[in-house]
Amino acid sequence: MIVTCPFCGDRPSEEFGVLGDAAPVRPADPAGDPEAWYDYVYLRANPRGAHREYWHHVGGCRQWLVVTRDTTTHDIAAVEPARLAKQTAPEKGEP
Amino acid sequence: MRYGWHSVLKQAFEGLAAVAPAWRTPEPKPVYDVVIVGGGAHGLATAYYLAKEHGIANVAVLEKGYLGSGNVGRNTTIVRSNYLLDGNVQFYEKSMQLWEGLEQDLNFNAMVSQRGVLNLYHSDAQRDAFARRGTAMRLHGIDAELLDRDQVRALVPFLDFDNARFPIQGGLLQRRGGTVRHDAVAWGYARGADRRGVDILQHCEVTGISVENGRVTGVETTRGRIACRKLALATAGNSSRTAAMAGLKLPIESHVLQAFVSEAIKPYIDQVVTYGAGHFYVSQSDKGGLVFGGDIDGYNSYAQRGNLPTVEHVVEAGVAMIPGLSRLRLLRSWGGVMDMSMDGSPIIDTTPVEGLYLNCGWCYGGFKATPASGWCFAHTIARDEPHALNAKFRLDRFRSGRVIDEKGGGARPNVH
Repeated sequence: MIVTCPFCGDRPSEEFGVLGDAAPVRPADPAGDPEAWYDYVYLRANPRGAHREYWHHVGGCRQWLVVTRDTTTHDIAAVEPARLAKQTAPEKGEP
Repeated sequence: MRYGWHSVLKQAFEGLAAVAPAWRTPEPKPVYDVVIVGGGAHGLATAYYLAKEHGIANVAVLEKGYLGSGNVGRNTTIVRSNYLLDGNVQFYEKSMQLWEGLEQDLNFNAMVSQRGVLNLYHSDAQRDAFARRGTAMRLHGIDAELLDRDQVRALVPFLDFDNARFPIQGGLLQRRGGTVRHDAVAWGYARGADRRGVDILQHCEVTGISVENGRVTGVETTRGRIACRKLALATAGNSSRTAAMAGLKLPIESHVLQAFVSEAIKPYIDQVVTYGAGHFYVSQSDKGGLVFGGDIDGYNSYAQRGNLPTVEHVVEAGVAMIPGLSRLRLLRSWGGVMDMSMDGSPIIDTTPVEGLYLNCGWCYGGFKATPASGWCFAHTIARDEPHALNAKFRLDRFRSGRVIDEKGGGARPNVH
């Protein structure tokens, strides 16, 4: 996979660390509803197809990125800086 | 037909026409007592034990491709029961015991080879951890031997014992561990289930699950609607997708794991040997190829193929352990889609949907678990409650905090 880093250009995937699914949103209240924390920590939509995920350009500019990648073809559709990416609401939809 | 010397002799004279198919290719019936989704080893074993142990033979196994086309043929065929944590130890030892009697039970040659599994350690801390694991195993009646450097050298002299960074100090050996021919496991269970009346429906993909008033009533498939009283999902790799058809969201991500085989060479490695300083495990097949694997690629994937950086990573670990590997050519590689659960342990359980049962989250340890997985899942389906052996593999353990994190990696599937 070639990841087009918005800061460094086309870079090989081995320069990056993958954190995983970008969909879960950390609950605001640390002592809040345990169900919300359970959902955030453990449950994943795990889609077959387009997947937004956090990548860290650990061997380059060290910026956090949100990569939109197809989980069946590994094609990368979009790469954006994580701080500019809009965090989506927790997905309840179809994987 | 039963296999034995007389049938071999008979067929030698009568030719291939006299060889009956090992299982039927029936048309789907409109309704079954139990429908199992997934014609891999776990699904077929479940069907077999449902019929054998619980007398439930009005069962269909639905497979979207051909029988054994998924993960049962996409592993490194290793079997072992060298676990530490309560819940895992007992379950995997049950599996080991079923492997030991499998061929007699099925009257099918699965080439069960108890050649030993040797885990190498490279530091004092790792030796202590292995001593603890070996002790836990022996307390459960499982064989484990802690070997020092010279004992390991006597078994596998060609390792890089004096590696500057990770010298080999010894190993933990489970002699009863080994390998099993994976295709034969699928075929043996399929034949055994079929003989007991189970319908194996190939090229029959489930496209929907009908739930009425919180109860499963049947499935929509590419070969029409099939009604059932109980529906069992054994679709590791695609569990999130099948469970979503019944409205469930799982603590699982799908990842790709690659495995490799080298060109065939003369007998070289007698055991299964695993590297302690990196993730690498190797054995030699009866055809002579070295079969090995390492880590998952580390990103969500439903593609049954991985990428080159992981190939390089696995081979580097292999050459660090066995320098002689660098002289071999790689014959082929393949990828399988793994159900990576959030604690690295599987789920065999009932679900909040009545009549729906779940077998998933095998990470990359599903093959060795096949017999016990089928055995426990059949019990769970037949009795509507888990057996003591899978009582800790509950779906709600993540919510209640009773995770079984054998590796201590936390809720990060790509680090298990």
